[in-house]
Amino acid sequence: MLSVRRPIAPRRDPAPSRIRYRLTRLWLRPAFRRFVNFGVPMLAGVLASWTLATELDLRARTVQAVSDLRDAIVDRPQFLITEIAVPDVSADLAEQIREASFVRPPVNSLEVSVVAVRDRVEALAAVERARVRALPDGVLEIRAIERIPVVVWRGEGGVLLLDHNGVRVAEVDSRLRRPDLPLVVGAGADAHIPEALAILDAAGPIASRIRGLVRQGERRWDVVLDRDQAVLLPEAEPLAAMKRVIAIEMAEELFDRDLSIVDMRDPARPMLRLSEHAQAELIRLRDLMKGEDA
Amino acid sequence: MRRPLYEVQRAMRARREAALKRGVIAVLDIGTSKVSCLVLQFVPEDADDTTTGRPTLTQGAFRVIGAANTRSRGVAFGEIAAMDECERALRTAIQSAQKMASLRVDHVIVSFAGGRPRSYGVTGETEVLNGSVAERDIGHVLAACDIPDYGQDREALHALPVNFCLDNRSGLTDPRGQIGKILEVDMHLLTIAGAPLRNVFHCIRRCDLELAGVVVSPYASGLSSLVEDEQELGAACIDIGGGVTGVSVFVRRQMIYADTVRMGGVHITSDICQGLQVSMQDAERLKTMHGGLVATGLDDREMIELPSILGERDHDRRQISRSELIGVMRPRVEEILEEARARLDASGFEYLPSQRIVLTGGSAQIPGLELVAGHILGRQCRVGKPIRVQGLPQSATGSAFSTAVGLALHVSHPQDECWDFEMPADRHGARRVSRAMRWFRENW
Repeated sequence: MLSVRRPIAPRRDPAPSRIRYRLTRLWLRPAFRRFVNFGVPMLAGVLASWTLATELDLRARTVQAVSDLRDAIVDRPQFLITEIAVPDVSADLAEQIREASFVRPPVNSLEVSVVAVRDRVEALAAVERARVRALPDGVLEIRAIERIPVVVWRGEGGVLLLDHNGVRVAEVDSRLRRPDLPLVVGAGADAHIPEALAILDAAGPIASRIRGLVRQGERRWDVVLDRDQAVLLPEAEPLAAMKRVIAIEMAEELFDRDLSIVDMRDPARPMLRLSEHAQAELIRLRDLMKGEDA
Repeated sequence: MRRPLYEVQRAMRARREAALKRGVIAVLDIGTSKVSCLVLQFVPEDADDTTTGRPTLTQGAFRVIGAANTRSRGVAFGEIAAMDECERALRTAIQSAQKMASLRVDHVIVSFAGGRPRSYGVTGETEVLNGSVAERDIGHVLAACDIPDYGQDREALHALPVNFCLDNRSGLTDPRGQIGKILEVDMHLLTIAGAPLRNVFHCIRRCDLELAGVVVSPYASGLSSLVEDEQELGAACIDIGGGVTGVSVFVRRQMIYADTVRMGGVHITSDICQGLQVSMQDAERLKTMHGGLVATGLDDREMIELPSILGERDHDRRQISRSELIGVMRPRVEEILEEARARLDASGFEYLPSQRIVLTGGSAQIPGLELVAGHILGRQCRVGKPIRVQGLPQSATGSAFSTAVGLALHVSHPQDECWDFEMPADRHGARRVSRAMRWFRENW
């Protein structure tokens, strides 16, 4: 049997609406299509960049926002430095270091440059090396190695304290401030402090009589003793010469005698200069002996 | 009275030429049951010589790049009955054709079957001015035709110079350049009711399109479904459409008569609907699936189950035999054909050298139509399909698309119409200044 199939349910109206029809026709226009595909994005890009360029405020606002954010982080109490610790140095040096570090607590640890602080502290004469670090509990620790003065140098620039390398530690108004330190005199002496120290060390048995070392002509040392006695050391190997002098002193009690200068400048031919009185006495005694002989 | 239409026709002609220069034009067949749209693409250099050359019916250098058809709405008897509905149908067709072509079309040529076309054969006579017939003489002779009083609200849609006669030598297609004294012309004037035409204008304008021509659909379907011999020797095309059956008579490649019968496939459907008590949709389906015109013994036994009007819940099952269906359909088809025959008789079709009749249009697909038409029209009948054009999809090659294809052919090879020729001076009026300028240029 033949049958008539029921027609399917009526479909939606396939007709495009007027707007849609017009838009479709507009879209089929090649110029319009090109405009939408290329012109509009390009235009938008140009417009956006132009707006950015003209809106000068934008940059300032961005910077402001960034700094606000930074402040919000920086202002946290964890980053605050409340105290500067300078351990293991003398009190006045610690005070000096605090002054020189230019850090006034409370201050923010992010704003403190430890390298700069270290450089400033190391620029102090009395500090040989320094280590600066911010500890987590708000303490800025400046660990400094103090220069220890070993000699007093009286030079053209006044009376200075020098350490064992000849580096200036401090200036003092008088040599009497540090009577415990040996005195070094003469221009260019600071460059040869280790030598001077070695000579002083070698001259240990007569240490109590040594008044100081004098640099002669930036060349060689004189060891000046009390009672106007002096030892003139050579330019080369002054230590050996000094040891030799000490050996003679130990054997012959050289400096107890009445002489003014022990001249060791020529190691092959050491010379002694007698004092005026000794010379006269020597001549008298020689004459006496001649007379007895005669 | 004639001048405004002249202007309109000339404007449409200019738009058509612009469209051909651009290379894209759409043709739109507004039928009662379907609206079909074809988008044509022309090769530009060929478009030039199609406008200048003499009309021949070879296939033009165009290609169909978009085709769409949709169910027509708001159209009755080939005329627009509901503007909004019709506009929507047009939009659907045009949009899907544009989508297929992926091109925007601006110019459209429309064919429609409504408006009760009426044919007049008019003659004109004039003296040739300068020995040989010039373009101007043709204009003169066409203007000299005595135009019958065709009614107040009617417009001349076609005015085709069918035959030129120079000093009693008849049968000239193109008298230009020939030597003679007296030039006569036979012109086929086709008028149409003005109101439906203006509705079409308006509807096209509402679709944002420019109208580049209006063609009566019997003419277009004759152009596509008659083969060359038939057009040359004389043939009639009966285009049985949805609401209107068009009749057109061709001889010597010219249309000499066109008329319509305001009956068609929709009426067959409504007969089935009333006679068998089914809904309109079911009746349409019955017609297309099981319809026929000649009953045989087998058809008595072939039973068709009718869908119930009340829906599936109702349990009465009605059955009819196929011959009953045929019995409903056949009288209406016979009536249509008899009307068409009356039109053909009125046109003097029997005096043509050959009297082929070609049946086309959607309703020509009813099985057995050839046999019935043979009985009624009494001549050689065949069911015609439109000739094949390049790029037309397979689904649009049936006889229902003969009008659309004919329109495409018409665009590629337009006939010279009366208003394509130069107008004589006394008809001009409005263009006097430009004519004076031209006269100045020509003489100095």
